[in-house]
Amino acid sequence: MFEKVWENHVVVPETADTPAVLFIDLHLTHEVTTPQAYTELRSRGLRLRRPDLTLATMDHSTPTRTEQVFGGVPIAVDSAAKQVQQLEINAQEFGVELFNLQDSRRGIVHIIGPELGLTQPGKTIVCGDSHTSTHGAFGALAFGIGTTEVGHVLATQCLLQRKPKTFAINVVNQLPAGVTAKDLILAIIGKIGVSGGTGYVLEYRGPAIEAMSMDERMTICNMSIEAGARAGMIAPDATTFEYLRNTPRAPKGADWDAAVARWSKLPTDPGAKFDREIDIDAATLVPMVTYGTHPGMVAPVTGHVPSSGDAVFEKALQYMGLAAGQIISEVPVQNVFVGSCTNGRLSDLRKAAGVLRGHKLAAGVKMLVVPGSQAVKRAAEAEGLDQVFKSAGAEWRESGCSMCLGMNGDLVPAGHYSVSTSNRNFEGRQGKGARTLLASPETAAASAIRGRVTDPREFV
Amino acid sequence: MPAVTQIRSRTVALPATNIDTDQIIPARFLTATSKAGFGKHLFADWRYDADGNPKPDFALNKPDAKGAAILVAGRNIGCGSSREHAPWALQDFGFAAVISTEFADIFRTNCLKNGLLPVLLDEKTHAWLLANPNIEVTIDVASTTLTLPDGTQVKFPLEGFAKYCLLNGVDELGFLLSKNEAIAAYERAHR
Repeated sequence: MFEKVWENHVVVPETADTPAVLFIDLHLTHEVTTPQAYTELRSRGLRLRRPDLTLATMDHSTPTRTEQVFGGVPIAVDSAAKQVQQLEINAQEFGVELFNLQDSRRGIVHIIGPELGLTQPGKTIVCGDSHTSTHGAFGALAFGIGTTEVGHVLATQCLLQRKPKTFAINVVNQLPAGVTAKDLILAIIGKIGVSGGTGYVLEYRGPAIEAMSMDERMTICNMSIEAGARAGMIAPDATTFEYLRNTPRAPKGADWDAAVARWSKLPTDPGAKFDREIDIDAATLVPMVTYGTHPGMVAPVTGHVPSSGDAVFEKALQYMGLAAGQIISEVPVQNVFVGSCTNGRLSDLRKAAGVLRGHKLAAGVKMLVVPGSQAVKRAAEAEGLDQVFKSAGAEWRESGCSMCLGMNGDLVPAGHYSVSTSNRNFEGRQGKGARTLLASPETAAASAIRGRVTDPREFV
Repeated sequence: MPAVTQIRSRTVALPATNIDTDQIIPARFLTATSKAGFGKHLFADWRYDADGNPKPDFALNKPDAKGAAILVAGRNIGCGSSREHAPWALQDFGFAAVISTEFADIFRTNCLKNGLLPVLLDEKTHAWLLANPNIEVTIDVASTTLTLPDGTQVKFPLEGFAKYCLLNGVDELGFLLSKNEAIAAYERAHR
């Protein structure tokens, strides 16, 4: 599958001396990683080559408080306000379609691409954000790039790339009840390590993957980068086509039929060789939670903090305030975050609300629920999910990256434990001194009710 | 981009493995809209205490780190976020090369695009450099060798095109722009 998408986009083939020139079908952009790229274009007198293949949104540094998004209350962080303004100026000057702060289509860049139907099988998709791997769930080749490369794509719609290697993750059997896509990807990262995928494009395959919804597949591909892989892919199938069929920017009529015929040829041919392969038995998995300072430091929620003689490992546990042998389900929780490009879609909110319904947050727990997009927010409100969260005592916000990386001021206090549905538990990721434990929306909600890390299967 | 041919400098060692780009430059400093000035925030949460004072025991704050242009980092540096602010911060601080046994893909690409040289070494040499910080080494781009104080030379891998760009100060956008005809032909064929 990767080879087919790659070959379809080679403008100039690679040689021993030069990388390939690869055409990019969709360039998603946001306020944080583009300003310096536009400065470069300006200084060289360059224009945007393909505004029709470029979309801009605001997500990373934007506020989530309704009064700051819609009520005219200024954005609290001055530099963030300036960055948002700069994107408006750049989009206007270079002719890029922009979903601004008040736009009803705005949201996290990796949530809105699929929502709009812009993310499609067989496309090459890039964005100045490492979680661009999310879009690989549709059988697209999608990867994160730096700001210099953002400039390359703005000016030429192409990138210079060496062909990566391929790595098949065969997920055999089915996930047991109460075990989610998030638990599976955490288990995969735990198995191959945070640099196990470096240099590879991952392909997730097998019965457990085929049985997943698109939202679940996106959760899987989203975290490919946490295993070091720039991209992760899943073969497009009937589930993919059904998701895209009625999205606003998917092909229509005869174009749709032609697209489905084309997309149906993308899956990897039987017997194709991968550079590396591993098998994971889904049936043996339980809910997973991280205990350390990278996503590979992960353990079953039913287990305990492992031990290691390694100094770096010990330093990570020290940062987390945890000790080897400690029972995971006894770790106290003061903060819960449900949202992000990993788990901020409607089905994620439904699952968290499903656990939370009829319960209250434990004393001392603060919970923030941030929908991945304004469309997700409206759909959740139409189902009354916002009421479930609010009655439990959680805060319900406008969409954005929010507490996943805390750029907008949504922060976890130092020393607090935060069960978070996001993707990174690096030191300080959710705030200086914050202690992040990555988990599924179900585990996050269950932990909010008990005030300690909790196996969500206790609430089924 | 200025050409990079040879780097001769003392080293600073940060032995931590999996140094992610959130550590190199925390997210709260990413709201800037220019490339300048990130050096003062480099490793901010490791480098400064709660009051903003430099922690004396952190490698970059030690007197002998002053002026050092080569960072020796533990395995797998640059994982996580794609933020190019990480190489910008390293360069603004004064680093011209980063040595490790493993580089995260996007970080490595971002380094090369800015002329910050990623030097991938074998485990033995790397372990020796971590154990012996603040020594002077010479990194030569043309021969892709690192020379230790005793004269021992160690080769490191560097792709031909990246080497050409570094040695000649060529930036890749110019190269891509020169492929305009091929790009236009591709666009016509895939309309």
